[in-house]
Amino acid sequence: MASNTSPQSGHSHFEADVAVIGGGLLGSAIAWGLARERQRVTILDEGDAAFRPSRGNAALVWVQGKGLGMPEYAAWTYRSSESWSRFAALLKEETGIDVGFQRPGGIDLCLSEAELAACADGLKRLHNQPHMVNYPHEILDRTAIEKMLPQIGPEVVGGSFCPLDGHCNVLRLLRALQASLARPGVTYLANHAVERIERQGGVFRLMTPHGICEAEKVVLAAGHANARLAPMVGLSVSVRPQRGQIIVTERVRPFLHYAMSGIGQTDDGSVLLGTSVEEAGWDDHVTTPVLAAIADRAVRKLPLLGALRVVRSWAALRVMTTDGFPIYDQSLSHPGAFSASCHSGVTLAANHALALAPMIAAGNLAADLHVFSARRFDVSQAIPA
Amino acid sequence: MFRRLSQPEGATVRLTVDGWPVTASAGDNVAAALLEAGFLTCRTTPVSGAPRGPFCMMGVCFECLVRIDGVGSRQACLTPVRDGMLLETQQGKREAGR
Repeated sequence: MASNTSPQSGHSHFEADVAVIGGGLLGSAIAWGLARERQRVTILDEGDAAFRPSRGNAALVWVQGKGLGMPEYAAWTYRSSESWSRFAALLKEETGIDVGFQRPGGIDLCLSEAELAACADGLKRLHNQPHMVNYPHEILDRTAIEKMLPQIGPEVVGGSFCPLDGHCNVLRLLRALQASLARPGVTYLANHAVERIERQGGVFRLMTPHGICEAEKVVLAAGHANARLAPMVGLSVSVRPQRGQIIVTERVRPFLHYAMSGIGQTDDGSVLLGTSVEEAGWDDHVTTPVLAAIADRAVRKLPLLGALRVVRSWAALRVMTTDGFPIYDQSLSHPGAFSASCHSGVTLAANHALALAPMIAAGNLAADLHVFSARRFDVSQAIPA
Repeated sequence: MFRRLSQPEGATVRLTVDGWPVTASAGDNVAAALLEAGFLTCRTTPVSGAPRGPFCMMGVCFECLVRIDGVGSRQACLTPVRDGMLLETQQGKREAGR
């Protein structure tokens, strides 16, 4: 990318094949994939104070239970899960950083018969959908769970298990992506929040407080800011913040050899707790009642957690679409403009890097992604002409 | 290595550190008692295994974590000594549930 700074304004001018707006997990994974396709990429990121959903996740690469109402999302998730070990191997090869991807299978523990029945019913309805991708999953009773996880508490009545579920070390994932993106052909710009996008003569001009970036293509991967940016390129993205709170404990010896919903041990030994869901607007603070509820459920599932020291707690704002499924779109009025919005940036990272990015490089989303267009929310789509 | 500026006149208490009997001054905190008894390190880190000992003595640095009466990772510098207290140094990552 060419770059020069005008001495009068102190503003920079960048040129790229593709401008990726957003340097979180989503934007970084797409940018990494684009760089692999030999695209010159400029990543325009906000600063440290930005809302960063990438900071708030349980590091899960999670398949089970996803896609009720949209079986294509289940298939997309399954595909990413299947690509993850290759993705991790490529990152290791390039950067020497092991992102700690493991796929031991995932367990969702239930603390009452009612919870277990709801879990079983949900999985049945999910897998009974037409065109649902087929993968192994099962409901286990307490005896079966106890053989896998002898530490479960007395209230655990059973749970669901899926051998495809896994997890990674998400801090190293982001670091590996950043390290890999520090290469010729890729420019990362912090504090370059995009204020305006214009299109002139087939070229997108992205205006930021510190300069302008010109690119043939633009990818909106800006999380919550996609809602504001999308109309500038003829797209529509409806997302809202949904708060999740997380507790992290001191590092302890590895004891949890499965991925779990709501409880996860990193390969460094820390235990992450939390699956809370709250509609709290733009408030990204933790609240004691929710943290207490998270800790209570975790300790009832695995009582040994009760003796661990809590080191930190924090909250982040998921990028939640209207129906909870991702949005991938390409603009009809502004060819070369794409949008991506989702709340499962870890699980789907392999797809964003290895499947989505090549499509963007080629200039066209494949037909099997059309179902993820935000046009699904248009009423006119639902009413036959 | 550490020496008191003035000898306390009050009562003493008896502790054990990893099974070793130690005498401490009542009113001292556990970190001060460890240092006075010559235990300069109280744990090794969970990541690299490097030795660590009491440092800030005011509850900020979290270097002085020890197991006190069966409860792991307690801040020695914020815990007053008590007669009969059982102290154990920590090696690397603790074991969950212990």
